[in-house]
Amino acid sequence: MSELLEVGDRVVARARPGEQVEALVLRSSDTEVRVYEGEIESFSSAQSHGVGVRVVVDGRQGFAYAGTLDDDVLAETVAEARDNAAFGEPDEFNGLAEPDGVPVAELDLYRDGLLAVPTDDKIALAQELERAVKGADARITGVESAEYVDSVGDAAVVTSTGVRTSGRESACYVAAYVLAEEDGDTQTGFGFSVGREPADLDVARAAADAAERATRLLGATKPSGGRVAVVLDPYVTAQFLAILGATLSGDAVLKGRSLFADRLGETVGSDRLTLVDDPTDARAFTAGQTDGEGLATRRNVLVEGGTLRRFVHNTYTGRRSGAASTGSAIRSGFKSTPGAGCQALSLLPGDRTQAELIADVGDGILVQSVSGLHSGVNPVSGDFSTGAEGLRISGGAVGEPLREFTIASTIQKMLADVVAVGSDLEWLPMSAAGVSLVIGDVTISGA
Amino acid sequence: MLDEAVIQRTLGAALRTGGEWAEIFVEDKRSSSAVLDDGKVEELTSGRDRGAGIRVVVGETTGFAHTADLSEDGLRTAAEAAAAAARGGSGGTRVADLSRHTAPRPNEVGVAPEDVAKATKVELLTRADRVARDQGSAITQVMARYGDSRRKILIANSDGLLTGDDQVKTLFSVSCVAFGDTGMQTGRESVGHTIGFELFDQYDVEDLARRAAERALTKLHAKPAPSGTLPVVIGKGGGGVLFHEACGHGLEADLVGKSASAFKGKVGEQVASPLITLVDDGTIAGEWGCFAVDDEGRPAQRNTLIEDGVLTDYMWDHLRARKEGRESSGNGRRQSYQHLPMVRMTNTVITNGDTDPDDIVAGTDKGVYVAQLGGGQVNTATGDFVFGMTEAYLIEGGRITDPIREGNLIGNGPEVLTRIDALGNDFAMGSPGMCGKDGQGVPVGDGVPTLRVTALTVGGTAA
Repeated sequence: MSELLEVGDRVVARARPGEQVEALVLRSSDTEVRVYEGEIESFSSAQSHGVGVRVVVDGRQGFAYAGTLDDDVLAETVAEARDNAAFGEPDEFNGLAEPDGVPVAELDLYRDGLLAVPTDDKIALAQELERAVKGADARITGVESAEYVDSVGDAAVVTSTGVRTSGRESACYVAAYVLAEEDGDTQTGFGFSVGREPADLDVARAAADAAERATRLLGATKPSGGRVAVVLDPYVTAQFLAILGATLSGDAVLKGRSLFADRLGETVGSDRLTLVDDPTDARAFTAGQTDGEGLATRRNVLVEGGTLRRFVHNTYTGRRSGAASTGSAIRSGFKSTPGAGCQALSLLPGDRTQAELIADVGDGILVQSVSGLHSGVNPVSGDFSTGAEGLRISGGAVGEPLREFTIASTIQKMLADVVAVGSDLEWLPMSAAGVSLVIGDVTISGA
Repeated sequence: MLDEAVIQRTLGAALRTGGEWAEIFVEDKRSSSAVLDDGKVEELTSGRDRGAGIRVVVGETTGFAHTADLSEDGLRTAAEAAAAAARGGSGGTRVADLSRHTAPRPNEVGVAPEDVAKATKVELLTRADRVARDQGSAITQVMARYGDSRRKILIANSDGLLTGDDQVKTLFSVSCVAFGDTGMQTGRESVGHTIGFELFDQYDVEDLARRAAERALTKLHAKPAPSGTLPVVIGKGGGGVLFHEACGHGLEADLVGKSASAFKGKVGEQVASPLITLVDDGTIAGEWGCFAVDDEGRPAQRNTLIEDGVLTDYMWDHLRARKEGRESSGNGRRQSYQHLPMVRMTNTVITNGDTDPDDIVAGTDKGVYVAQLGGGQVNTATGDFVFGMTEAYLIEGGRITDPIREGNLIGNGPEVLTRIDALGNDFAMGSPGMCGKDGQGVPVGDGVPTLRVTALTVGGTAA
C-alpha cells in the first residue's frame, strides 16, 4: 500500500510552480469462478492497476488516466492532464481538497484471510451453491450461473495540497441466477451472500433466496390497473434510495438538475422519513474511510423527519455553495474526476416488521422487484415509472403472485406518501440499505 | 502490436498444461473526451488502456487471465495463470503456425481523432451550448459531451489465426434541462459512428443542440402518461431498442444454451408477425456497432435472425459455436482485454415494410406515439421487458396530439413480436447505444421503420 502512496508522491512531485496536482492510484487483485452443471465454466484471475491525474492551474482543470503505473506512462499522463487543463475554462472554485482536520474513522474493511483461501476452496463454494440451489425446490429447472467472486483493492490519493491517504479493502460474494418452471410457466430469481472473506459467506441463504425468488412468481398474473398502496421489499427500497440520493448531490443542485435545489429546510416528505448517508458504518457494503479526494468520510443526515437538511458535497461543490466538502467525493475507478454523491444511504428504521406492515396496509401490493429504473425514472423531473412484480395483499396478508405491471408516481409524491418504514433494515451490495417501506398511493397499470 | 514469435511462444505456454485451445487478445486503446456543463468547458480527459487477455479452453472449462504488462515475461505469466485455471486436459495440442488474415473494414476513417486540435473539439461544445440556450429562456441547463476513441486490437489463437482491427469511434451528445410551471424536464440528442472527426461533416452540432432543447421545451407542456394497455406506434429510428430488448438478447446462443431464453427450441417456427424480418449486422458501414473483426477475430457478418416472422438462427461466439460444431456468426465481443468475450449484438435492425408511416398513425384511433425510446431491460428467460419513453405523444382520432410525460412501457417479447400489425417504409438507424450484459458494456446500434404494436402496457399515472 505504501507502494501506491509512493507512486502518488512521484506524480505529485511533477507539479510545477502554481500548479495543483492530484494522483488517485488504484490496484486490485480479482478472482472469479463460474460453475455450470458441476464443472468449472470459467476461472479468471487478474491483477490490475491504474492512475488518474488531475491538474489545476489558474482555475483551469485537466484530467488524464492510464491503466499502468510504469514511470514513462506516469510522466506522459501528467503531461497530458496539464495540456488538457489549458482547454478548461477558469473557475474560481476549481481546486483540490485540502486536509480539513476531520479524523479518519478506523473501519474493519480488510481481512488477510481472503488471500489465504486456496483456489480449490473458492471453486468448491461456487459448486456448493449450485448444488444447494438445485436441491432447494423441485421446480428449479436450471442454474444459469453460479459464481464466486473476490477482490482485494488498494487505493491511495496524494495531492500537492497536502492530502495523502490510502486504504485497503477486501470483498467477496457468491451469487446464483436460477430458472424455475411449473405448468409451462418459467420464472427466474437470484440470490447472493456478501462478505469481507469467504468465512462470512452464507451459501445456504443465497441458495434459498434464489429459489424463493424464482418460484414465488410461478403462475403469476397481471393485475388490473388502479391506485393502490404498496409495500416495497427492502431490495426495492434500496434501489429507490439510490435514485433519491442522486437528487441530493451538490453537483445536481448547483447545476439546476435537482428537484430539491431550493428546498433546504423545507418539508420534502412524510415525517416518517429520516435519511442518512454514512460511509463510516462498516456494515455498509460501500463503507469507506476516505472519499474520492482523500478526505475522511463522515455521517451526513440528509432528511430529518421529512425536512431537507443537507446536500452532499465534494470539494468543488462545497466551495461553490459556500459550504465545505461533506467528504462525499465519489469516483468510478481511476478513469474520471470526482463527482459528489451519496455513498451509504439508509432510512432510519421504524418498529414494525414487514408482516405487521402488510397487516396494517390491508389491501395493496407487496412489490418484490422492479425493472427499468434507469429508463423510467427521471431524477430531474421526478417522473417515476417502473416495471414491477410482487404479491397481492388482501385482508392484511399476502396472496397470489402478480407480474408485468407498472407502478407510477413522482419522486416528490412518493416521499409525501410514505406511511411507514419497517424495522427490517438490511445492508445490501449497493450504495443503500434496504428496509420495508409503505407508500400509500401509487398508480398501477396492468391488464 | 506484438512480435509474431512472441505470440507463438505465449500461446505455447498457455497450452503447456494440457489446454485444448488458447487465444491471446491484445488491446491498445486511446480515448479523449471533453465536457461542457453549466455554461463552461469543465475539463478534457485523455486515457490510455493497454494490455492482453489470455484464454485457455479445456473441455467445458475456460481459464482466463489478463495483464497490462506486454513484455514476453508478462505475457508468459498471464498465460501460465490462465493455463493453471484450465487444468486437467489431455494435452497434445500444439499451436498451428500463425497465418495473418485481414478482414475488410466496413469503412475507412476520414480524419483520425488524434489529428484534430483539442481547441477544435472544444469549439463544438461551446457552439452547442450557445444554440441550445438560444432556443428559449426556459432552457436552464445544458451539458454537451464530445468523445472519441481509437482501439487497436490483435487476436491470435492456437488454430493459427492472426488478425486485428483498428476501430475509431466518435460521439457527441447534448442534454438540456427546461424549467416551467410544471417543474423541470429534460431533452437529449446524441450521434455516434464508427468513423473519425468527419462525423461533423455529416451532423451539425447546432442542429443536435436545437433538437435536444426543443425536446425538453415540448415536455414542459406534457400531460401525465396514460396508464393501461394501448396500441403504441413506435417512430422510425428511435424504436430499435424495443427489438434489442424484446427479442435480441433472447437470440444470443449463450443464453439459449442455458435455457435462459424464451426462444429456445424455436428455430423454424413462426415467432413474430409475418411483417418482421430481424437482422443483426456488424458490417453496416460507419454504424456504432460495426467492426472488421469481432473480439475473437471473426469477420463481421450480416445475420438474419427472423425472416418474415420465422426464427432462422441465433447469434454465436467461438465457444458456443464450437460446442455445436458450427461456425461463429461474428458476435463474440468483449468490453476490453480485461473481460472474457461472450455473445453480443452488433447493429440490430428491422428491415423496411411497405406502409406509409402517416397511414399507420392515421389508422390508430387512440394510442401512444413514441418518438424516442430510452434504455431498456429484459429478462430473457421469461421475455418480460421494460423500456423508457423519453419523447412520446398521445394519438387521438388518428392524429398525434399532446406530448406526455416520461414513463416505462412494459411487455413480453414473444407476445409483442406477434402483435405488430403495421410496418412503415421509412427505416432509419437510431441513437448510439451501450448494451450492458453480465457487467460488460459494448457499443451497439439499432434501427427500425415506424411500426405499430396493437397492445403494450403504458406505465403512466393518468386514468
